[in-house]
Amino acid sequence: MAAEAHGEEAGGLVFHPMDQFIVKPFFGDGAVSWYTITNATVWMALAVLAVFALLVLGTSKRSVVPTRMQSVGELAYGFIYKMVEDICGKDGVKYFPYIMTLFMFIVFSNFLGLLPMAFTPTSHIAVTAVMAFAVFFGVTILGFVKNGASFLSLFWVSSAPLALRPILALIEIISYFVRPVSHSIRLAGNMMAGHAVIKVFAGFAAIAAIAPFSIVAITAMYGLEILVSFIQAYVFTILTCVYLKDALHPHH
Amino acid sequence: MATEPLDMEVAGTCVSEFGGAIGMPQLCGEWFGNQIFWLVVALVAIYFILSRIALPRIGSVLAERQGTITNDIAAAEDLKVKATEAEAAYDKALIDARAEAQRIISAAKADIQADLDKAIVTADAEIAAKAAESEKAISEIRAGAMQNVEEVAKDTAQAIVAALGGSADAKTVSAAVEARMKG
Repeated sequence: MAAEAHGEEAGGLVFHPMDQFIVKPFFGDGAVSWYTITNATVWMALAVLAVFALLVLGTSKRSVVPTRMQSVGELAYGFIYKMVEDICGKDGVKYFPYIMTLFMFIVFSNFLGLLPMAFTPTSHIAVTAVMAFAVFFGVTILGFVKNGASFLSLFWVSSAPLALRPILALIEIISYFVRPVSHSIRLAGNMMAGHAVIKVFAGFAAIAAIAPFSIVAITAMYGLEILVSFIQAYVFTILTCVYLKDALHPHH
Repeated sequence: MATEPLDMEVAGTCVSEFGGAIGMPQLCGEWFGNQIFWLVVALVAIYFILSRIALPRIGSVLAERQGTITNDIAAAEDLKVKATEAEAAYDKALIDARAEAQRIISAAKADIQADLDKAIVTADAEIAAKAAESEKAISEIRAGAMQNVEEVAKDTAQAIVAALGGSADAKTVSAAVEARMKG
């Protein structure tokens, strides 16, 4: 997307699939410094508000027979609580609020990002990488605090033949350090790709002959994106649980 | 998106002078600080909302519901036992009532039988009295009838004799008739 291309394409097909990811100040123009309220800030704030609305306002009646909103909130709670308990065991339950925080933020960012003209914070590697590295460092520090040096037995596969163990250890260590990278790129990549593809199809809608196909394709992609939005939040959360389990129980 | 030119200070390594993206906006280092700062703010906000308000509340609601369900099931068990007891009591009452009814019926039957017997005896006595009376009446009537027959026979015999041209005094005729009738 060179600058001159924008000018030349003005009459015909216009593809700017990446423009939706631009971070810009929400109030007026100007430079983006670290504290500027940007479109990213606004959509993160909306995610926070959505979490508040669902889990606080929705449950404010504390009814034994739940309303629809409360029912959804309880469903989210039960879903993540059970995931943490099943994967990490009973001693992982005290980390449930952290995991719930990540899940609720990602799931609402993803779904709010599907609104037309929205900005998706989770499509940015800066956002997902911060979360992934927070998980990585948190889990690693926790592993050493809880298990001391025996946390390193995570890399020493005692069930394998002795000769293979050093090789496996090397592979295990590499895979351990690749975790935050794959963890963050998976989410950001999925969110970015889906939104960019929708935008490309939308660009084709300018040609009358292709427009019906384009609209059908956008609809189909949108449906797929709804699925992806949830699945990626789920995957991010379940991987966090798996990493946490490694920290709590490093022995194979 | 925006195609009108923006201020030149906005256009940098990430955004062209027309407002379009240069390359992937995700890799634009200028915006990292902003995103990371606000992400941390958002996550901390969500964490406090969840850990201070939402999660304890939902947890207590779920626990309360579990308690309510357990209590209700226990109460249902209690009620079931009570229902069984009530059914047994009802059955017992029914059996008692049947026995009582049976007893009353037999008592009533005995009473009626006694009354009946008494009435029959009285009736028999009355019937016997009536029969005796009737018999007497009949024998009287019969006696009356015999006398009448005798008188008629005498009169007739006298009339026949007279009709045959004979003359018979009443004494002779009646003696003859009496003799015949006895004979």
